[in-house]
Amino acid sequence: MTMSFANGLAALRPRIDAPVAAFLSSCVRCGLCAEACLFHTETGDPKYAPIMKLEPLRRLWSQEFTVMGRLGRALGLSKPMSDEDFARWEELVYDSCTLCGRCSLACPVGNDLTLMIRKLREGMVAAGHSPEGLRKAAHRALTDISPVGVGAQSARKLIAAQSREVGIPIEIDKHGADWLVLISSMEYIAFPEMLGALARLFKAAGQTWTIASDAYEATNVGVQIGSCDVARAIVARTVDAAHRLGVKGVVTPECGHAYQALRWEGPNLMGQAFDFEVIHLIDLLDRWRAEGRLKTKGKSGLRLTYHDPCQTSRRGGLDPQARRLLNLVAEDFVETSDPGPWNWCCGGGGGVSANPRARDLRFKVFAAKKRQLEAVRPDAVVTTCSNCRNVLEESLEHWGMELPVLSLTELVAEYLDEVPS
Amino acid sequence: MSLLLWAKGPGFALAAVLFLLGTAMRLAEILRLGRGTDLARPRGAAGGQALRTVFSRFLPAPGLFARSPVVHAGGYVFHIGLLVVVIGYGPHLAVLGIGGRGLPAGLIDGVTLLTMAAMTALLAARLRDPVKRLISGPGDYGAWGLVFLPLATGFLLVNRVLLPFEPLLALHLLSVEVMLALLPFTKLVHAFTFVLARGYAGAIAGRKGAHS
Repeated sequence: MTMSFANGLAALRPRIDAPVAAFLSSCVRCGLCAEACLFHTETGDPKYAPIMKLEPLRRLWSQEFTVMGRLGRALGLSKPMSDEDFARWEELVYDSCTLCGRCSLACPVGNDLTLMIRKLREGMVAAGHSPEGLRKAAHRALTDISPVGVGAQSARKLIAAQSREVGIPIEIDKHGADWLVLISSMEYIAFPEMLGALARLFKAAGQTWTIASDAYEATNVGVQIGSCDVARAIVARTVDAAHRLGVKGVVTPECGHAYQALRWEGPNLMGQAFDFEVIHLIDLLDRWRAEGRLKTKGKSGLRLTYHDPCQTSRRGGLDPQARRLLNLVAEDFVETSDPGPWNWCCGGGGGVSANPRARDLRFKVFAAKKRQLEAVRPDAVVTTCSNCRNVLEESLEHWGMELPVLSLTELVAEYLDEVPS
Repeated sequence: MSLLLWAKGPGFALAAVLFLLGTAMRLAEILRLGRGTDLARPRGAAGGQALRTVFSRFLPAPGLFARSPVVHAGGYVFHIGLLVVVIGYGPHLAVLGIGGRGLPAGLIDGVTLLTMAAMTALLAARLRDPVKRLISGPGDYGAWGLVFLPLATGFLLVNRVLLPFEPLLALHLLSVEVMLALLPFTKLVHAFTFVLARGYAGAIAGRKGAHS
């Protein structure tokens, strides 16, 4: 047994808890999870059945956590786990799963397969079997803060430029602000206008906010690659910054995984409940809408549809909030098929878009989203996840579709009635 | 001691003990692992959603019935049919100590045939569908046999086909006992653990205010 393989098993064993044992005990091999997974429906390849992706975890559980499995192993009836198993499963666990959770919602016995794949990645990465693209991103996130290499100086410049653009100061490291706001990698490099939109929205809502110079980036590649050590280090930066600046709460950006990482995994990674609120940007905007803080004027005349990000809608429950905000600003909003919890993934979540090896596969499985969009023929598609937005843009271009992809936050900011000076 | 007497006496007792102890062991195997305390502030109600999810997953997921009609239709007919035959047939009620006349024998006969037909369709789907074939192992086919045999021998027994009454009764009892004894150690244990699985999934999502 190699050291890395032993590390993999050691990282995986503590992840096997009562829910995992209940899930694996209950699986009847009906195969319905495959019918819910875009990697299977769009390729037809049976190996992409979500339950198949969990085989290393299932074998470890069976051989070490059940009496019958231990007996079978002692009698030589089952093949012991090997490093080769981890190696063979790397593509299935990383390239062909966006952790979208559609399989989990479809499973008739209630198995949360996505949760188990997230756990399996802990073992995979510890065993040294994770995609190079994600490993490099994790390294950058630890050394340079940003997994895509947006350094502190670059971030400051982008923030300053957007501040000038909208004529509203965006303060860095402002002590005692109401909110510490995190920005995602993709917003810095592809959608910096988000910063200006935030400045207008916070001002309109009468709330103060700041960006931390040492925690300006929300993307948690540790959660994507499956390393709780990396994830913890990234969360710790934000927690430290929130304490240092004395904010009331932390706002996670339009990025579903960043929300899951900080809001739900964060306190558990840190081993203590947070003494500040963590809220997704869309949840906060909807709160302001309900409080009457967001006054909009006019609506977009475009025929708009909405792409539900998996981590905010299906696994976050924020789909009603997004629709309430859309109704503020959209005159002609049309739902695609399978809206809300049953949405089809863009194909690039869960670290897949940061994994160049999976590029062709994610373009192929985008066919599910393409069909949804073609059926409603919108003028533009709105979403609330900057990673989804980037993946949608790339995939639409790949398929030769000309369709603008808009941010809901930016759209609401655009239709603000009046921003007080 | 004849096979029938053994099946009625020691065989039944042995199967019952294995069933009860095995099921308790499997549930203990799960529950003893426990769950870490979730330190994230809840955004929704875990308990209520856990309970709702236990029942809501009886319904097919949107769009999946059309994608996999045999699994859905066959699954419903098989599970409901099995329940009707087990608790609707008069002699079964007597064995279970419930009493009552039960449903008409003709109806039970029809339901048994329908249930076996559904099981056959599910087996055919498992053999034909590339996904199901890939994820199936000996345990899946074995579990199918464990459930099919009591239905088949019961049908033969009630209709006095192939063999005289006593050997058929012995075979039927033995097939039921083998199924009972092995249920906890096969995927048939989902008859109990599905409540835990659905409950955990509902609780985890419910705490987040997410969908389950």
